[in-house]
Amino acid sequence: MIRLTRFGAIGLMGAIFAAAGAETGRLPADQLAKAVRSDSISIPTPGELFAALEKPGKTNWSGQYRGPMPMTYRDRAQIALNLGGLIADGFIAVEAKDSQQVKNIGSDIIKLSKALGVSENLLSRGNSINEFAESNEWDTLQEELEATQNEVKSSMQSHSDQDLIILVTLGGWIRGTQVVSAAIMQNYDERSAKVLRQPALVRLIQSKIDNISPGLRSEPLVKDMSDQLAGIEKLVSFPLGKAPSLDEVRKVNEAVGKVMDEIENKAPVK
Amino acid sequence: MKNYLQILFWIFALAASVCARAETDSEVQARKAALDVAGAFTNDGFKVRDGHWCGTIKPHDHTLIAVNLYAGNQYWFSASATETAKKIAVTVYDEDGKRITTEGYNAGEKAAAGFAPANSGQYFVSIDLIDGQEGSFCLVYSYK
Repeated sequence: MIRLTRFGAIGLMGAIFAAAGAETGRLPADQLAKAVRSDSISIPTPGELFAALEKPGKTNWSGQYRGPMPMTYRDRAQIALNLGGLIADGFIAVEAKDSQQVKNIGSDIIKLSKALGVSENLLSRGNSINEFAESNEWDTLQEELEATQNEVKSSMQSHSDQDLIILVTLGGWIRGTQVVSAAIMQNYDERSAKVLRQPALVRLIQSKIDNISPGLRSEPLVKDMSDQLAGIEKLVSFPLGKAPSLDEVRKVNEAVGKVMDEIENKAPVK
Repeated sequence: MKNYLQILFWIFALAASVCARAETDSEVQARKAALDVAGAFTNDGFKVRDGHWCGTIKPHDHTLIAVNLYAGNQYWFSASATETAKKIAVTVYDEDGKRITTEGYNAGEKAAAGFAPANSGQYFVSIDLIDGQEGSFCLVYSYK
C-alpha cells in the first residue's frame, strides 16, 4: 500500500517537473482528434457533476425531485432514455441523503431494467441499494449507483443491445443537466455555473448517436433528441474562463427541460 | 498445398486469438494495480469512478484518452502497466493540447497525476511508456 506521506514528497517533485515542462509540451490537433473516447471513462457520471455543483455552497437537492414516472413504456429507446434519467434521480436522492427516495428509485430502476430484459444481474444490486439506504451509507450508495449504471450497460452489451447504451448515458446527462441548471438558477453563483460548460461532451454523445443502427436512429424520439443536441451544444459552449450568466443558464435549463419532457411523455408513433 | 496453407493460416489465427485472451488477463492485472494506486487517494476523500480504460503501450509512444471534467472538482488519474513496462508517466493536457501543471506520483510501472481544473470541459490524459517493453496498461480516475 502506498503511503500518502510518500505521495506528498514525490508529488511535490512531480509538480516541479510538470511545471518545468508546462511551457514546452503541446499536443498537435491531429493527435487530440485521435484520442480514445469511451463511454466508460470519457463521459462523466451524474455523481461527478453533482459533486462539482456542491462546492461553492449548499444545494437544495430535495427541491429537484420530480413526480413518479410511468413504468408502462413500450418503446425500447424511450425506456433506455428514462432509465438513464432515473439513475440520475438516484444520485440526486443520495445527495439529498433521503433513504426512502433512494429505495423508491432503486425499485423503479429494476422495473425499467426488467422491461428491457436486462435485470437478471440487477436484483442483487437493488437489495444492496435498499440495505445501504437503510443504514445511511451515502458514499457506498453512490458507488452502488455507478455500478448499477455500468451493469445495466454491460447487460445491454451482452444482449446485443449496445445501441441502447448511449441512450441511457444521454438520458442521465440530460436529467443531470436539467437538475444542475435549475439549482444554479435558484441560487446563482458564477463558480457553480461553470460546470455547465461541456461542448465536447455533447459532441461525443452526438457522435455516438450518429453511429447507432439506422433503424433506431430514425425513430422519432431518438431523431428529436439528436436534432436538439446540436442546439444544446451551442448553449453549453461558453468561452474558456467565462461563467455563463443567469440568462444563459436559464436557456440551457429550458432546452434540456424540453428534451426531458419529450423523453418522459412522448407517445410512440404507431 | 493450398489447403495446407489454409490450415497453417487458421493455426496462426487461433494462436493470435489465444494471445489476445492472455493480454486481457494482463489488462485485468494492470487494472487491479491502477486501483491500488487510486486507493491511496480515497483516504483523502477521493471517490474512484467506476470506469476505466485498458490498452497497450509501446516504447517511446503514448496513448491519449479524452475525459470531460468539471471545474470545482479535484481529480487524480492513476495508471499502471504490466511488468514489462519499467517506467510510465501520466500527463494531462487541456482541450487545446497545452500541458497542464499537475501534482505527480511515479513509481516505475505505476504513475498518477492530480489537478483541479479551472474550467469545465475536455482534457486529455496521456499514458507514456518511458522505459521498458510493450505491455498492457489501465487508467482509472478519482474525484472529489
